[in-house]
Amino acid sequence: MPAGHDTATSPATQRLNNALREAGLAALISAGLSFPILALGAEPDINNQLALQTRWSWMFAAIIIIACARFFAVMLDGWRARTLAMAGLLCAAFGFGTWYFAGIAEPKIVGGTIVAGLIAMLAAFPIDTSESRASIAAKAPARPATILSSTATSLIATAGIGALIAFPLAMLWWFGSAGSLKWINNYGIQILIFVMLGWGLNIVVGLAGLLDLGYVAFYAVGAYAYALLATQFDLSFWICLPLAGIMAAFWGILLGFPVLRLRGDYLALVTLAFGEIIHLVLTNWSDLTNGEAGILSIPRVTFFGVPFTAGEGGFAHLFGLEFSPIHRTIFLFYLILALALITNFATLRLRRLPIGRAWEALREDEIACRSLGINTTNTKLTAFALGAMFGGFAGSFFAVRQGFINPNSFTFMESAWILAIVVLGGMGSQIGVALAAIVMVGGTEALRELDFLKQLFGQDFNPVQYRMLIFGLAMVVMMIWRPRGFVSTRTPSIFLKERKAVAADLVGEGYG
Amino acid sequence: MEFFFQQLINGVTLGSIYGLIAIGYTMVFGIIGMVNFAHGDIFMVSAFIALLLFLALTTVIGITWLVLAFIIVLLLAMFFTSLWSWVIERLAYRPLRGSFRLAPLISAIGMSIFLANFVQVVQGPRNKPIPPMFNETIALTSGGLFDVTVAWKQIVIMVVTVVLLTIFWYIVQKTPLGRAQRACEQDRKMAALLGIDVDLTISITFIMGAALAAVAGTLYLIQFGNVNFADGFIPGVKAFTAAVLGGIGSIPGAVIGGLLIGLIEVLWAAYVSSDYKNVAAFTILIVVLIFMPQGLLGKPEIEKV
Repeated sequence: MPAGHDTATSPATQRLNNALREAGLAALISAGLSFPILALGAEPDINNQLALQTRWSWMFAAIIIIACARFFAVMLDGWRARTLAMAGLLCAAFGFGTWYFAGIAEPKIVGGTIVAGLIAMLAAFPIDTSESRASIAAKAPARPATILSSTATSLIATAGIGALIAFPLAMLWWFGSAGSLKWINNYGIQILIFVMLGWGLNIVVGLAGLLDLGYVAFYAVGAYAYALLATQFDLSFWICLPLAGIMAAFWGILLGFPVLRLRGDYLALVTLAFGEIIHLVLTNWSDLTNGEAGILSIPRVTFFGVPFTAGEGGFAHLFGLEFSPIHRTIFLFYLILALALITNFATLRLRRLPIGRAWEALREDEIACRSLGINTTNTKLTAFALGAMFGGFAGSFFAVRQGFINPNSFTFMESAWILAIVVLGGMGSQIGVALAAIVMVGGTEALRELDFLKQLFGQDFNPVQYRMLIFGLAMVVMMIWRPRGFVSTRTPSIFLKERKAVAADLVGEGYG
Repeated sequence: MEFFFQQLINGVTLGSIYGLIAIGYTMVFGIIGMVNFAHGDIFMVSAFIALLLFLALTTVIGITWLVLAFIIVLLLAMFFTSLWSWVIERLAYRPLRGSFRLAPLISAIGMSIFLANFVQVVQGPRNKPIPPMFNETIALTSGGLFDVTVAWKQIVIMVVTVVLLTIFWYIVQKTPLGRAQRACEQDRKMAALLGIDVDLTISITFIMGAALAAVAGTLYLIQFGNVNFADGFIPGVKAFTAAVLGGIGSIPGAVIGGLLIGLIEVLWAAYVSSDYKNVAAFTILIVVLIFMPQGLLGKPEIEKV
């Protein structure tokens, strides 16, 4: 028995003291962080003079939330209890915020969310103790990697593709010709463009391990290639599509030759600079690109030469259908679906070739690669050029879909957005990238739809600002929590005797 | 000729600001080998902090003597910006030591996006103009085609830059803290074995970089008179270019690089094309990284396993 047991505080009290101290510290730091930038605001008045506004309530809300979060993080061990407590905290904060900031005084909603949040926070404590601490202390064995058998994988893939093929028809049947436009265009096509861009960038970042911050440059090259060829030389989309891809690949090689000898982060910055140069040239070279105004009236897509127009000789007339603009949208949907699937198919096949294995080896350890006689420059160059080519395809599709392009569609933010899709999806995982694109692009589109958010946060509430805020933070959290992305198991493309997946936490990575 | 001298003065002013930001890049890169992509946005945050503090001091507290207000704003902006940088380092970068190589860079990119959009959300997307200050000019020459002038704010910028650089140079070269930083730069493991608190030293490096970025942010605000949430990106990339041009890891190199980039940008805009002045800066970045990655004063890097 320890001698001084009357002076020693019990572990529970010690823990509480510790948690309170940590929470106090967190409150102090968050006060320092939020004081000028959150608590003070400046808006120009009528004379264009800035007038200071104070928003102490924002600052106190931030401090309280951060302090509570820190308190729970120290007090609770199990992830279930932590999640519950954080969810309860957010719920209560949301309920309080709707009442205090948005002025919504419906007692059922406000009181309900606050009480539910408080209950969740309190309930987290008994849950935490029931989760036996000993089992947490004993190091959990590495999660056994689950691997789907090849038949199951192909079954899922077939089902997914089948669902995608059926998607526009189902929408048409469900919402009718006018109502389905939004679903097919805003959700279907928009998401598939980013799935394709994500898969294209995945070759460069995920497979070859080259961080490309200027991917949107190749997207821009593809888009402008189609727009200029079509408006200046009257070439059809079907001729321009491969040309745009080739042109983007050519630019990829042009940039790649000198820069691919650089180490990882230098390469990232050179690609960033390249992307910005392309953007600036597109903005300023008005003779060629028409500058900020962009290129208007780009020829629309045709059904292999048959235009989607009303009347004689149009698609509807040829097939004996009633004319509807939805035909073109559905055709565009199938077009981008086909392009995306080609990207995926090419990537999956390339991974089985020596070049694909060289990419992955390069990502894991460049020095080892070089000592094994792999020509790293050529290997990187192929990855770069192929990624650029798919970016170019996606770009020319973008131009034909919009019918109008200007340089503002090709900024660094767009590159960062595609990179976020690849990073959050799990670098190298095809299905992960597709899921990330669906969640991120679809989520943004869905945010636009939510009218009640506008009622809560005011008419100038713009979800696009919040999406970048959230996904910027998500990139940081992802790197800390799961650097390999959500879908983080690896199936080596070469294996001895039987297929098996390797859990990401078991994969070491060489520097290079 | 007058035109050239006028541009020279403008270029040195701009270059001082780039040099101050570049030191943050170069010190962090020197000590942990990471490109702190969010540094440009730290600079933007500091300009916002300076703007808000300046408004608070002049309108709420009612300080009318601009020099005093400027000094208080400068010191407070350095403090609050350092706090931001310290928190970011603790939360977003420290857990990633020992992770794969691109992890800190991706995390920094995420942080950069977060900071820009956070400021956009809480401060609004519009440009924030402040009333001009230290605007009186001194004529250096007279009787020529036109007078070469230097504004008081340009003198303030140059003086503050020189004073702060001297202080920081002294800290890095002559104090135990600076010795610890240089030891960590050479070999972190060995420094830890010799009793240096490596984590603390790295944190202090981030804080020093952010403090200089805050000086740059305050000076930027005085020079250009307005700030916007997107203003961190382009100056950030240019300052990084300056750091690379001067030789990454070298503090005098960062200053020289900053001055060169400032001069090149201003002269390019004056004599060639102002539309393409950013293209010039980005081209320098590409050319330097490809052909002389060790920069003007840097050491050639040896790749180790």
